[in-house]
Amino acid sequence: MTGFLQQVIEGLGAGAIYASLALALVLIYQFTGIVNFAQGELAMFSTYIAWQFTAAGLPFWLALALALAVSFAGGMLIERVVIRPVEGAPELTVVIVTVGLFIFVNAAAGWIWTFLIKDFPNPFPGGALEAGGLSVGYSTLGVLAVVGVVMGLLYLLFQHTKIGLGMRAVAANPASARLVGIRVGWMLALGWGLAATVGAVSGTLVAPLLFLEPNMMGGVLIYAFAAATLGGFDSPGGAVAGGLIVGVAETLAGAYVGFIGSDLKVGVPLVIILFVLLLRPQGLFGRAVVERA
Amino acid sequence: MSERTNERGAFANAGSEPPGEDRTREPAKAADTPPRAGTPSRGRVLAPALARVTPGRRGWIAVAALLAVACYLPFQLVPFRVFQFTMVMVYAVALLGLNLLVGHAGQISLGHGAFFAVGAYTTAIMLDRWDLPHLATLPIAAAVAFALGLAFGLPAVRLRGLYLALVTLAIAIFLVPLLKRFESVTGGSMGLTLAKPAPPAWTGLAEDQWLYFLTLAVAVLAFLLAYGLLRSRVGRALHAVRDNEAAAEVMGVRLPFYKTLAFAWSAMFAGAAGCAYTWVIGFVSPDSFVVTLSITMLAGIVIGGLGSFSGPLLGGLFVMFVPSISQDVNDAAPGVIFGLLIIVVMYVAPTGLAGLAGRVTRSTKNILRKE
Repeated sequence: MTGFLQQVIEGLGAGAIYASLALALVLIYQFTGIVNFAQGELAMFSTYIAWQFTAAGLPFWLALALALAVSFAGGMLIERVVIRPVEGAPELTVVIVTVGLFIFVNAAAGWIWTFLIKDFPNPFPGGALEAGGLSVGYSTLGVLAVVGVVMGLLYLLFQHTKIGLGMRAVAANPASARLVGIRVGWMLALGWGLAATVGAVSGTLVAPLLFLEPNMMGGVLIYAFAAATLGGFDSPGGAVAGGLIVGVAETLAGAYVGFIGSDLKVGVPLVIILFVLLLRPQGLFGRAVVERA
Repeated sequence: MSERTNERGAFANAGSEPPGEDRTREPAKAADTPPRAGTPSRGRVLAPALARVTPGRRGWIAVAALLAVACYLPFQLVPFRVFQFTMVMVYAVALLGLNLLVGHAGQISLGHGAFFAVGAYTTAIMLDRWDLPHLATLPIAAAVAFALGLAFGLPAVRLRGLYLALVTLAIAIFLVPLLKRFESVTGGSMGLTLAKPAPPAWTGLAEDQWLYFLTLAVAVLAFLLAYGLLRSRVGRALHAVRDNEAAAEVMGVRLPFYKTLAFAWSAMFAGAAGCAYTWVIGFVSPDSFVVTLSITMLAGIVIGGLGSFSGPLLGGLFVMFVPSISQDVNDAAPGVIFGLLIIVVMYVAPTGLAGLAGRVTRSTKNILRKE
């Protein structure tokens, strides 16, 4: 039993990271109806920026804050420059553009920082909290806490500020939002900025566990997709729940299903995505979309 | 351009007039947003392609000239160049399949490399286990890929747009550990090394030249097949699905049937390309088929030109030569170029290099006529 609980805890730790990237995906989907295939790569790029600041001798938390600010601005810039021209275009066009962004950002990071692995400082202490035969690493606790704080801040932003209200209005109905005087374009850019910031948090959480390199987020992205699909692409809370579920499911499948083992764990998100899309396409917490031709 | 092509072109544009708004994101949103009349509608982006399904007489002359050059090339180039052009044709066949799915049927696949790998591994295993003659592996590899495409096409039919992209991406990612797992059959991470087809003595060709001509034959066969397919009612049904699903359904096109079929056909071409790949390289390993391959293929066909016949060929040239040339600058240079070009192509020339070439010819013709 203890072993099982231990696995669940490990799963929650991994799931929190998936949840944070899924949260970024969902933020963009809510506002622009776009699934951003480049989200993981943007997170990786932000992490490199944070690394660059720490390498320049800044303390970790200051470097992180600077990287988050840069990411926010970068996200807005990308929305303005790259995404704006294809707004309202068919899904095919938009997906291809985000895939292009994916390739470009990945290669750009490789160009600037080379493909060699870099050590990224872990902001959390190394030990573990021991209780009742279970041990919970401080870094797992830290990851969970950070994701919780991000969720809380986003909740406050959306529910208790005027900007958040405007953003929700744009997500619900862009045309009506424009009519009541909300600057829809800026809200969309803000959404991208926020998503890039949340993604940057996720990247800095992953980096100490995986080592920093340009392809770092490739593996995480597919889990984040599974998390967002499971939770529902239009539900931030669902994305977090989905991330935790995916993390636990993946860890348990790897530990207890002999055939899967640690190498075929990547199949878990594929199976989850397929099942959710076939059985409940809107996800657990999403709204069903009514087709109108 | 002949009159017939012009007629078709005009019809194609008229048929795809309703902008792509209805296919975008949540329909509720789309319905509320008034279609912007002023901006060029991107739903029509792929429409001009239809005009090129039947080349005019000049088109056939160009094809014949191209074939003649293709037959002459291997006698003039050093073996390494011959190998490179062989790979161009391998990619072109794979991109032909991807073009069928993305350019002609309007479905997205980020996992085309997986079907390519299936073809390559089917061939490799047949050669490794049963010592089948090389030529016999081609139809089997294509058939296996077709069947798998059909199997994945069935659930994919229920998925639209980005969900399909998600699932295909997940398949492409999952394939590599799967190949490594079944070590006894696939050779695991070490891969399988195989004999390349030996040139028959009567031809007097060197190995690289023989491989080149084998691949050329596969490519010609594949292009002829795709040509026939697109000219038939299947092709017209696919275009209808791409341009307006609702309208296509009303006209009696069975959406699930044709979408599944498009998926299966595209997988089949990828499988055939994978088979040729195994012949040419003589070695398969899981790390040759990582997800980057799928993404590179999508980049190749977008840049080459979605929905046109020269698109796959131009895309193949691009996928083969751009990395090998730009890698000298920096390891990451090909990625930077691919990424930038995909985005730029989607903005300014949605029909890719092929469309651009067509536009240049037309405008030069106009200029010459005026003078």
